[in-house]
Amino acid sequence: MKPAPFDYVRPGSLEEALQALAGHPGAKVLAGGQSLVPLLSMRLAAPAVLVDINDLPDLDHVRVSADGVRIGALARHAAVLRDPDVARVQPLVPLALANVAHATIRNRGTTVGSLVHADAAAEMPMVLRLLDGSLDVAGPGGRRTIPVAELYVGPLESSLHHDEIAVEAFFPALAPHTGVAFEEIARRHGDYAMCGVAAVVTLDGDRVVQARAGYLSVSDVPAVIDLTDALGGEVTEASLAAAADAALEQLEPETDIHATADYRAHLARVLTARVVTAAHENAREARS
Amino acid sequence: MTEQTHEIRLNVNGVEHEAAVPARRLLSDALRHDLGLTGTHVGCEHGVCGACTVLVDGQPMRSCLMFAVSAAGHEITTVEGLARPDGELGPVQQAFRECHGLQCGFCTPGFLTTITAGIAENPDPTEDEARDMVAGNLCRCTGYQNIVKAVCRAAELARADEDGAA
Ligand SMILES: Cc1cc2nc3c(=O)[nH]c(=O)nc-3n(C[C@H](O)[C@H](O)[C@H](O)COP(=O)(O)OP(=O)(O)OC[C@H]3O[C@@H](n4cnc5c(N)ncnc54)[C@H](O)[C@@H]3O)c2cc1C
Ligand code: FES
Ligand code: FES
Repeated sequence: MKPAPFDYVRPGSLEEALQALAGHPGAKVLAGGQSLVPLLSMRLAAPAVLVDINDLPDLDHVRVSADGVRIGALARHAAVLRDPDVARVQPLVPLALANVAHATIRNRGTTVGSLVHADAAAEMPMVLRLLDGSLDVAGPGGRRTIPVAELYVGPLESSLHHDEIAVEAFFPALAPHTGVAFEEIARRHGDYAMCGVAAVVTLDGDRVVQARAGYLSVSDVPAVIDLTDALGGEVTEASLAAAADAALEQLEPETDIHATADYRAHLARVLTARVVTAAHENAREARS
Repeated sequence: MTEQTHEIRLNVNGVEHEAAVPARRLLSDALRHDLGLTGTHVGCEHGVCGACTVLVDGQPMRSCLMFAVSAAGHEITTVEGLARPDGELGPVQQAFRECHGLQCGFCTPGFLTTITAGIAENPDPTEDEARDMVAGNLCRCTGYQNIVKAVCRAAELARADEDGAA
C-alpha cells in the first residue's frame, strides 16, 4: 500500500521546523523514516504534514566526554555504532546497537528517532532506561531535558509533546568498577528480538554492590529491574537463579505471534543469568 | 482535492533527472515509474525484504522507506549503475553469474547494491562476514549458499581490479 497524501516541509533551521510543527496539530517529524514510513505505507498513521528534519544543521553529531555520550537527532545508528569513543565511554551503547536492525536500516535510522518511537521491542529505549539517561527536546517554549524515568508512558508512547523535536540523547558513561553486557534472541540476527536483556554490574572489591537488568520485548514498555538484593553480593549459580526469579516476579511476559509468554519467561530467565555473569566478568576485568 | 506536486531533481547513476512527484511518492516508485528504471524491485514495501535497496551517497538504503522528495540532493546508485562504463558486468554482477547467485532474480538487484557497498567497506570478507553483509536481504530461491560464495568472489574480482588499476 501507499501512504495517504500529506504536505511535506523540509526546513533549514530548528526554529522553522518548530514553527511548522506548531502550526499543524496533525504534523509529524520525519527523521530516518525507518519506522514511520512503514506505518504510513500501511496507513496505520496518516499525518497531515511531515516535517523532514534531515536538513537541520548541528543535529548530526556524536559527542563524547568523561560524563557520557551525547547523540544528536540526525546521527544514524551506523555512525554511533562505529564511533570508537562511544565504545570506550559507554560500551553498552554499541553492544546494543549491533542488534538494532540490519546494516542497511542502520545507515538511515537514527538513534534518537528510535528513542522517541518508544518501541518496547527496540534496543535503545531499554538501554537509555537501564543507564538512566535523558532526552533533550526543543519546543515553542524552549529546550527541556526529559529524564528517562518520565519518557516512556505507554506502548509506543513517549512523553514528547506533538510540537516538540528531540534534539539530543544523553547516555551516561560507564561508572568505575562496573561491567555491562547485552544479549538477545531473535529468529534472525538483525530482526526484532523475542527477548533481549542487558545488565550493569558494579563491584566494590569482590562484592556486587549494584546489579540492574533491562528487558526488551518482554512487556509493553521497556522494563528495568534492580537485582542487587536478590544477588546478595555475589554471582553464583544460586544467586543467579534468585535474581532471575526476582526479575520474573516483576515482569509480565506477553504472548504475541512471535513467542508465547512462557517461552519469553524462559528466555528472560536464561538471558538474565548470562548477561549478569558476563557483566560481572567485565567488571572484574576492569578492576584488574 | 488535487494533490500538490514537488518539482525535484534526482541524480541517479550520475545522470540528473527531473520529475514532478507528490510528497508521498516513495523513492522506489519514483525510480520505477517516474524515471523508468525498473531494475530496482519492490517486494514488501516495509523495509523487510531488501529487494528495493539502492545506494544513497554510496551507502545501501531501502528505497521503499525514503520519499523521493527526501532523496533530492543525494547521489543515488541503482542496479542499472553497477555495470562498468563499457557496459561489461561489474565485479558483483560477474560474481553472481559465475557462482549461480540467482535463480528467479527478483531479490538480485537488492543483493547487488548491498554487496557493492559491503565489499567497498570490507574488501576481504570472511564467509561469516559475507553472510552478515547480506543478512538484511531475503531470497526465496537460492538458499543463500551461492550468494555468500558470490560475495567472496566479488571481493576477489574487485581486489584484482584495484591491483590492475594501481
Ligand atoms: C526491517 C526493519 C527492522 C528493524 N529492526 C529493528 C530492531 O531490531 N531494533 C530496533 O530498535 N529498531 C529496528 N528497526 C527500526 C529502526 O531502528 C528505526 O531507525 C527507528 O525505530 C526509528 O528511527 P528513525 O530515525 O527511522 O525514525 P522515524 O521512522 O523517522 O520516526 C519514528 C517516530 O519517531 C518520531 N521522531 C523521530 N525523530 C524525532 C525527533 N528528533 N523528534 C521528535 N520526533 C521524532 C517520528 O515522528 C515517528 O513518530 C527496524 C526497522 C526496519 C524497517
Ligand atoms: S520493498 Fe523495500 S525492503 Fe522490501
Ligand atoms: S533468486 Fe529468487 S528470490 Fe532470490
